[in-house]
Amino acid sequence: MPVLRFAFRNLWRDLKSGDSLVLLSALTVAVASLTAVGFFTSRISQGVERQATRVLAADLRLESADPLSPAVFAAARAAGLRSTLELSFATALFKGGQSQLAAVNAVAPGYPLRGTLRIADVPFGVARPAGSIPAPGEVWLDARIVAQLDLKPGEDLRVGAATLRYAAVLAYRPDQGTGFVNLAPALLMNVGDLPATGLIAPGSRVTYAGLFAGPAPAVAAFRAYLIAHKRPGERLRQVGDYSRQLNSAVDRAGRFLNLSSLASVLLAAIAVAMGARRYAERHVDAVALMKCMGASQGFILSVSLVELSVLALIAVAAGAAIGLGAETGIAWLLRDLIREDLPPASPLPVLIALVTAAVMLAGFALPPLMRLKNTPPVRVLRRTADPPPWRHGVSYGLALAAMIAILWIMVRDTELVAWVGAGVLGVGVALTAAGYGLVHLTGGLRGGVGVAWRYGLANVSRRGGASVVQIVAFGLGLMVLLLLAVVRGDLLNSWRASLGDRVPNNFLINIRPQDREPLEQWFAAHGIADAPMYPVIRARITRINSRAVGTLHFANARGRAFAEREQNLTWSGALMPDNQLVAGSWWTRADDGKPLVSISTEYRDALHLAVGDELQFDIAGETLSARVASVRKVRWDSFRPNFFLVFPPHLLDGAAGTYMTSVHLNARQRPALVEVVRRFPSVSVFDVDAILAQIRAIVDRASLAVQYVFLFTLAAGIVVLLAAVQATRDERRYESAILRTLGASRWTVLQGVATEFTALGFLAGSLAATAATAIGWVLARRLFSLAYSPDPAVWLVGLTCGTALVGVSGTLAAWRVVNTPPIESLREN
Amino acid sequence: MTVLEARDVTKTVASPEGPLTILADVSLRVRAGETLAIVGASGAGKSTLLSLLAGLDSPTSGRVSIAGIDLTALSEDGRAAVRGKHVGFVFQAFHLIPSLTALENVMMPLELANRSDARAAATEALAEVGLTARRSHYPKQLSGGEQQRVAIARAFVTRPHVLFADEPTGNLDTVSGQRVADLLFELNRGTGSTLVLVTHDRGLAARCGRTLELDAGRAVA
Repeated sequence: MPVLRFAFRNLWRDLKSGDSLVLLSALTVAVASLTAVGFFTSRISQGVERQATRVLAADLRLESADPLSPAVFAAARAAGLRSTLELSFATALFKGGQSQLAAVNAVAPGYPLRGTLRIADVPFGVARPAGSIPAPGEVWLDARIVAQLDLKPGEDLRVGAATLRYAAVLAYRPDQGTGFVNLAPALLMNVGDLPATGLIAPGSRVTYAGLFAGPAPAVAAFRAYLIAHKRPGERLRQVGDYSRQLNSAVDRAGRFLNLSSLASVLLAAIAVAMGARRYAERHVDAVALMKCMGASQGFILSVSLVELSVLALIAVAAGAAIGLGAETGIAWLLRDLIREDLPPASPLPVLIALVTAAVMLAGFALPPLMRLKNTPPVRVLRRTADPPPWRHGVSYGLALAAMIAILWIMVRDTELVAWVGAGVLGVGVALTAAGYGLVHLTGGLRGGVGVAWRYGLANVSRRGGASVVQIVAFGLGLMVLLLLAVVRGDLLNSWRASLGDRVPNNFLINIRPQDREPLEQWFAAHGIADAPMYPVIRARITRINSRAVGTLHFANARGRAFAEREQNLTWSGALMPDNQLVAGSWWTRADDGKPLVSISTEYRDALHLAVGDELQFDIAGETLSARVASVRKVRWDSFRPNFFLVFPPHLLDGAAGTYMTSVHLNARQRPALVEVVRRFPSVSVFDVDAILAQIRAIVDRASLAVQYVFLFTLAAGIVVLLAAVQATRDERRYESAILRTLGASRWTVLQGVATEFTALGFLAGSLAATAATAIGWVLARRLFSLAYSPDPAVWLVGLTCGTALVGVSGTLAAWRVVNTPPIESLREN
Repeated sequence: MTVLEARDVTKTVASPEGPLTILADVSLRVRAGETLAIVGASGAGKSTLLSLLAGLDSPTSGRVSIAGIDLTALSEDGRAAVRGKHVGFVFQAFHLIPSLTALENVMMPLELANRSDARAAATEALAEVGLTARRSHYPKQLSGGEQQRVAIARAFVTRPHVLFADEPTGNLDTVSGQRVADLLFELNRGTGSTLVLVTHDRGLAARCGRTLELDAGRAVA
């Protein structure tokens, strides 16, 4: 036990004297920010996901063509979940001699479990929340049915064998979806009226849906139960099945949160690395002395490990308490904004913070400590006898690899981690090279300047290695902070702007070719611009590279769905503005009519396709072969018609199809749609305002989270700055004493220090700003599919703030050093 | 009884101009309780010899033994164990740990040896060097002479067989230097330990029982 006793005593003395303070505060801030960010992002992302599941009208939705077993509902009840039932089928409605095809949704009390039904008094009128489901004997109807059948409130219509009363216009139901696939206009009725219709009989084409909602842990447990117990033909629906737009927004919000977490972890790692470096440097002399007094290498290493572990435990306890406190505080402050019952914070972030802190320590603190144990005891006689150089490349390489692995485990987003990792690595290398360049340059400059400048510049060049470490730490710290500032400002604003007031909020589908021109004229007459018409043809893939898709095995559900079901496809001469080419090339006019196809990334991934693959489609009984010419990344939440498959013009001239479009209509313009559905009876109109509102709410949540994560990252950034400033404090103390003994005034010494830090800050700031802008641009284009033009202000702010922040904080930190009486400093050396 | 012995000790280091011999074929024998001064001009190899005798460094050739244990046959950890048991040090630059108080600095070698009476023994050692009142002061709060007295207390507290002192008065004024030297010899007599010191100070060297003079790495007297 002598190791333990000695280590505890030593640690206590280190803490008392402030020697371990930099490392302890770096670790504490790291754990606090990781914990708080972890708590906050996990709760916000769960909130975002819950917001998104409204498109299922529930947290979980199980669908089947056969009635669901009562056991499923019993199990849900036992798990503490609420549940309800929804039946969907198509049938014809009759008013006198007139008829209209409708998609009937028969719902039970409690529907919807998530989201809100909205109804209006007149077709395309102002909608209001419904508060309940249709009363027995009543139906709520899609505006198109009301317009087609010219119904007045209170009028009866026949649904199968039952006569039901038209009570309101159904403006929105949470699970109406945005797939727009051959949807008939909707009718919502009470499930209690269903037997009277006589429409449900063995062999009827009905979809039975069980809807379940409740507290997050119970939902997660029930999801697992359903996956394990669902019968063949029963299917758990996903958000993406209902709204690709919402799915895309949730993904993007998740990426924003992940990026913020990455930033805080990276800054924490830099802070820990700097703290550990200083900790080891402060201990070299003491270790040499201990070895003189008989301490073995094993003893030194054991003592260091115990001290480090105890330090880590103190930091984790303090950091987790601060993180939890901060998270609770934020949740309380934002209680009105985050109105939903946020799931309780789980202990997982503390565990992740603990593991991350351990890896950071093992990666960044252990190498300098391992080096400590090799300190030659003869250092007590010859101060120049340093420990043998540690293979930093290997040890830090391992630490970096471990950090990247942790980041990946945290965010599970290979592309994001790869880009950010590559960015940080690239910037680290550039900063190191620039650091050596500066050290070299300042060495040459010092001849032609005054004494203060010469002292400052000489310091930069003389402390070559330490100056480079400082530049890298300052630069990386500033870069991560600026990157987060870019994300917080420009990228989120770009996203918000892409969901601005003019975003299309109504989709019109099933436009017959003969209706296209009259409809365009109608739009023009009503001042509705920007309504591009896209041809829509239904097709099913039959072969991939001559192999029938039926013989191919697809592990993912999406792949099977693509292989089994018909898809909407279109043709276009130009690449859609919200599509980005990620492989292959877009066709030219010369390619018109050629058998080519452009596929979306989702289609490529689900069916494992690549450019050059030969695909065969069945289009209304006709066979069409085409070669994959390009792959597109589609921004589904642009609210413009988008397609998995796009062909060149004139290839599908013979195929029969329809058109679709999306337009922006304000509340004043919407009532005019009654005329559209009367004049063009085949056209279906979908109002997606509710989905848009949901996505805007998600953007707001993501912004809020990023905003608060930024605060914690800032704290970690400040620790990096302080740790980097402290890195050369001891040397500076001695030099200042020598200079002052030689007659230099405090002002001269301070000017020198200010020069040194300003030079370091200028270099670090300019590189950081350039790198942050570049990485921001890459992330915007590659990961977020957002239009982002680099803002020169970021560069300027980075440069100015970097120079000022490093210059001022460095000088302030040196203030005490310079003000220490020279004799005191010299005595310590 | 011989407590310290060096036989044909040579130290060669690499330099840009080729191998450089700092110490050549130095041999000596020191008996228990004896006092030896190693003198010579700057660069003569005094500190190198001291580091080899104390087992802080290994010779290129030759043998060194303390209390009959051949240091050159031992690993660094083995030499550390010998140092912990048989050797004490006093340095020109004091080498007190700045984050520890005077008492804690003296306690350090006892704690490393896992002695349960560390505090009591260190308090007594500080009293022997007349610094009881300064026991909770940090090194920066002590004068040079006081710091060296703390270092002496630290060196003697384990009752080593051999005490090595490298220019123990080199950083001190005459009065403080005199007091530190007196202390060293008093404790040497009181504890019966062997004292080996490196010095420029002929007066200090003259107080030792024997003198070894080095010139360009060779023993000349």
